[in-house]
This record gives sequence, C-alpha cells and structure tokens, in this order.
Amino acid sequence: MRTLKFLLRKEFRQIFRDPSILRLILIMPVIQLLILPWAADYEIKNIKLAVVDLDHSEYSRQLINKITSSGYFILTDYSSSYEQSLGKIEHDKADLVLQIPGHFEKELVKEDEAKLFIAVNAINGVKANLGAAYLRTIIQDYNSEIRTEWIQFPRFSAETHIEVTYSNWFNPLMNYKYFMVPGILVILLTMVGTNLTAINIVKEKEIGTIEQINVTPIKKYHFILGKLIPFWLFGLFVLTIGLSIARLVYGIIPSGSFITIYVFAALYLLAVLGLGLLISTYSANQQQAMLLSFFLMMIFILLGGLYTSIDSMPEWAKWITRFNPVSYFIEVMRMVVLKGSTLSDIKYQLLVMGGFAVFFNGWAIISYRKRG
Amino acid sequence: MSNGKVITAEQLTKRFGDFVAVDHISFDVMKGEIFGFLGANGAGKTTAMRMLCGLSLPTSGKATVAGFDVFKENEKIKKSIGYMSQKFSLYEDLTVKENMEFYGGIYHKSDKFIKEKTTFILNELHLTKEGNKLVKSLPLGWKQKLAFSVAIFHEPEIVFLDEPTGGVDPVTRREFWNMIYQAADRGITVFVTTHYMDEAEYCSRVSIMVDGRIEALDTPSQLKKTYEAASMDEVFLRLARKAVRAAD
Repeated sequence: MRTLKFLLRKEFRQIFRDPSILRLILIMPVIQLLILPWAADYEIKNIKLAVVDLDHSEYSRQLINKITSSGYFILTDYSSSYEQSLGKIEHDKADLVLQIPGHFEKELVKEDEAKLFIAVNAINGVKANLGAAYLRTIIQDYNSEIRTEWIQFPRFSAETHIEVTYSNWFNPLMNYKYFMVPGILVILLTMVGTNLTAINIVKEKEIGTIEQINVTPIKKYHFILGKLIPFWLFGLFVLTIGLSIARLVYGIIPSGSFITIYVFAALYLLAVLGLGLLISTYSANQQQAMLLSFFLMMIFILLGGLYTSIDSMPEWAKWITRFNPVSYFIEVMRMVVLKGSTLSDIKYQLLVMGGFAVFFNGWAIISYRKRG
Repeated sequence: MSNGKVITAEQLTKRFGDFVAVDHISFDVMKGEIFGFLGANGAGKTTAMRMLCGLSLPTSGKATVAGFDVFKENEKIKKSIGYMSQKFSLYEDLTVKENMEFYGGIYHKSDKFIKEKTTFILNELHLTKEGNKLVKSLPLGWKQKLAFSVAIFHEPEIVFLDEPTGGVDPVTRREFWNMIYQAADRGITVFVTTHYMDEAEYCSRVSIMVDGRIEALDTPSQLKKTYEAASMDEVFLRLARKAVRAAD
C-alpha cells in the first residue's frame, strides 16, 4: 500500500504539472459536447429537388406546393425537360428529380391512376434514400387527400385504404440530441481511458524512467495500479462534466438513475484503461501508441452503433461489434437515459464489460515485463 | 557472500538470435571495490550490466548479485542494488525533493529516513536552495550527480553505473568521482562502465571487454605492466583494436 501511495502521489503531481493534459481533460469534453450534437444530426433537411413538370396543370402545381411546403425540400429547378434536370444532378445542384408526366391530371381524374417518376442522386446515399422516402410519403399523403376530396359519396371507397401511424416510444419527439449526446460522451470516455493511459506509460519508456522503475523492487501490479487509478478518476470526472452539459445545455435528464450510469462507467473505464495499458506494452514510442489507438478508435466509433445502426449491419460486422466495448456502453447509455433501465436490466452488459476488463488487463499484465 | 564476493559471474552469456552480445564472461567483484567495466561501443558492457541488474534474462551461465541468483531471485536482487542508466532517468517534471521522496518511498524507506537523507544529500551537493526546483531546470552536471545520489539513496549494497559521466565537463567528472569514492568508503560496491581512460585509473580493478568477451581483468597498474603500456589509454587501444565487431 505504501508503495502505491508514493506512485499515486508522483502520478498526480506530474499530471497536474502538465497543463496540456489538464486542458485536454477539461476542454475536450466541453467543446465536443457543445458542437458535435448540433452537427451530427440524422434528420435530413435541405434536400435539393428538381421538378420536371410536363403537365403544367392545377394538380401538378398543387403537388409541388405540398412538397415544398413540407420544409424538407428546396426547389432548385423547375423545368419541362428531364435532360436539364439530370444535368442538375450531374452538377450536384439537385439530389432528387421528380418527373410529373404529361396528362398527369387527365389520367388521375379519368383513369383514377397516374404515374410519377423519381430519380435519385445516390452519391450521398443516406440523404437520397431518406429524401426519396419523404417524397413518397408526401405524395401518398397528397393521393389520399384528393381521394377524400373526390369520393365524398359514396362513403365506400373503391380502394382499400391502409394508413400507418407512428408512435415513437422512449424518445417521443425523435430528438436526435438524446441519441447523440450520450453516445459522444461514451467516445470521450474511451479516448480519455485509452489514449491518455497509453501515452502516459509510453512516455516513461521514451525518457527511460521505466527502466529505472524496473530495477526497483516495485511490483508489477503496483506500477500498473499507480497508472490506472488516476486515469480512472479522470474518466469519471469527464463523465460528470459530460452529464452536466447534457443536462444544462440539452436538458437531457436520464430516465434511469445516475448510479446505474456510474456503475457501468466505472467498469467500462477499467476495460478501456486495460486496453490503453495493452497498447503501451506493444508500443516503443508515443507515435506508435497514437497510431495504434487511432486505428482502434476508428473501428470502435464506426462499429459502435453511434453513427450507424448495428441492426442494419451485415452479419459479419455485427459479430465485430460484439467485441467492441464502445457498442455496449452506447447501448447501456441509451437504455438508461431513454428507457430508464436499471442495473438488473443491464446485467448482461455488465457481465460482458467485466469480461473485457479482465481480458485486457490480464493480457497487459502478462505482456508487461520488468525483464527483457 | 562468501569471501566478500558481492558479484560472481560464471560463463554468463546473452544471445539475441544468432548474435552473441555477451560471450561466456566470468569474473568476481569484491565488497567495497570500484570495479571498472571497459569496452568499445557495442562490446556488450550494457547488456552484461542489465543481466546483473535483473533487467535482462541471461541465455546461459551462472551469476549471483548480493548473494542472489540472477535467474531466479532477480526481484530480491533489486532490493540490494542501485542503478543509474546511460539515459538520464530522474523525473524531470518533479522537483529534486520529490524525486528523492519517490525513490525513497518505493524502496520502503520510512518518512523519517527520507527526510533526513534528503537534507543530508542536498547539503552534500550544495543544492539546498534548489530542493524545490524542477529537475529539468538544473544543468546536466548537477543532474548527473543528483541521479547518482538518488541511485544510492536507499543505501544499496551495490550500485551499477552505466557511463555515468557521459557529456559532463572535467570539473564535474572529478566531483562525480569523489562521490563514487565516498560511496565506496561507506562500503557500497561500485560497478561502473566508462569510456574515459583516466577514469579507469581510478578503479580498484578493471575488466576490458572486446566483442562480448572479457579480454583482460586486473588492477590498472598490473594491466599497464602486462601490456607494457604507459597509460590505460594504450592498454585499451591495444585490446580494442582486436575487435572485429562493428561499433553500434
């Protein structure tokens, strides 16, 4: 215990004497949480729409009106030539082309059936697909509107009519901030845990003090605990800052209890700190440690379920996410913040995270050698 | 520690793949001795020293340090030795006093011991005013003397010094060697590698390594007699020229 006391005292002195680390720990979470949630928004707005109106009728104008008044679309072009509109897509002036054929009104009224054509610029696939889906919904809406207008009598419509209505459970307003803020917080904790620990230990390798430590009777686990405990505390500190920002700026108050979040975060930090330790044992200098942790971080973030839904990933990618600690924490954060899950609801995630912690730390302790 | 031997090495060998860094060396170091370990760059001095300190596992041979086996009891050895590496290795972002407190603490010394010893060393080094300064603000010569003081802070039986005076001015080197003598007088055995042949003259006994083997081992005066040389410089050059291994 006495050895650990001296190790911890030394670590804290060094950390508090290094303004760059302090700044990183304090300012990084504030900036990221204040800026990113506003930019990383899933809602697609400002879709550039080019309309090819070959009908120029009352009905075609009504439809266009309805689309533009929805707020999702910007009418960037209105023409009578499909080629011209296609040109707009080629020059990235339009994301979608809606073609209203000639005789649209006539066919709609007489034949009770009309065809529309949508062309999609699939370079930005998400935007185009969502845009097309919005467009289809609006057109369907329009369709049912004119139908109710026409078929006042008889009350039995010739067409069977199924309408789907939604109710968004757990996040009734579909507020993406509720979704993004806890997720970004998870990424922040991961970075504090992994990068800072790895770099801190590798720095001792670089300046040669680790060799001095290795000729002393310090036990391996003392040294490792001396490194992990400070960053574990910093991680919990960053979490506290993050949760405060979530509450003060975004009004996010977890439906579940803070204890659940902290218990999971404490375990989670143990796991990512172990990973940082592991990175440090395989890196000879700070550049190597940085590159290695960046590589892992990219995978963790992209396969973590923050920016992309894990459910829609291919089977093999889903398998990878099971080995990604980030994906569990993001899941738990959403469960607790949005659904109000309790400790017993996240038993499985706690168990898996415990496994990660034992695995990473165990591996790191085995591969950290005092003697070459 | 029979016969006052604090270090014994028998056919000690270290291989890195096909490369034999240290090739069957045998020697004894007596208690209180200043044992000079000479050799050109790449001769294997540091590797040999790292094996004795328990930082590197020997490939074969036998060795004991402070009566403990380097293969099995390397953690016990660490309690009895001090070590000062080629690289400067105090914490530059800690103050002089904080470094002493840290190294005293991890050798399980009491708060009282640490406090008294710190005051004593700062007095000896005339650094009383600098006690609360960060180590990085001190000139290199002072840092080296400080590093040596920290290496023997816990009163080890043996201290290993790996090229301790590299890059240090002649006056400071002289002072540094005075500190080594004082330590030896207190009964601390000093095992030192160096490139400076004038320093070799200060040693009780000197061994000269060439290509991983010990080519000569004796007192400086006896070596000069054997090789009919006027100085240790000449002795060293005569032996080191035989090296076939390229310097690193």
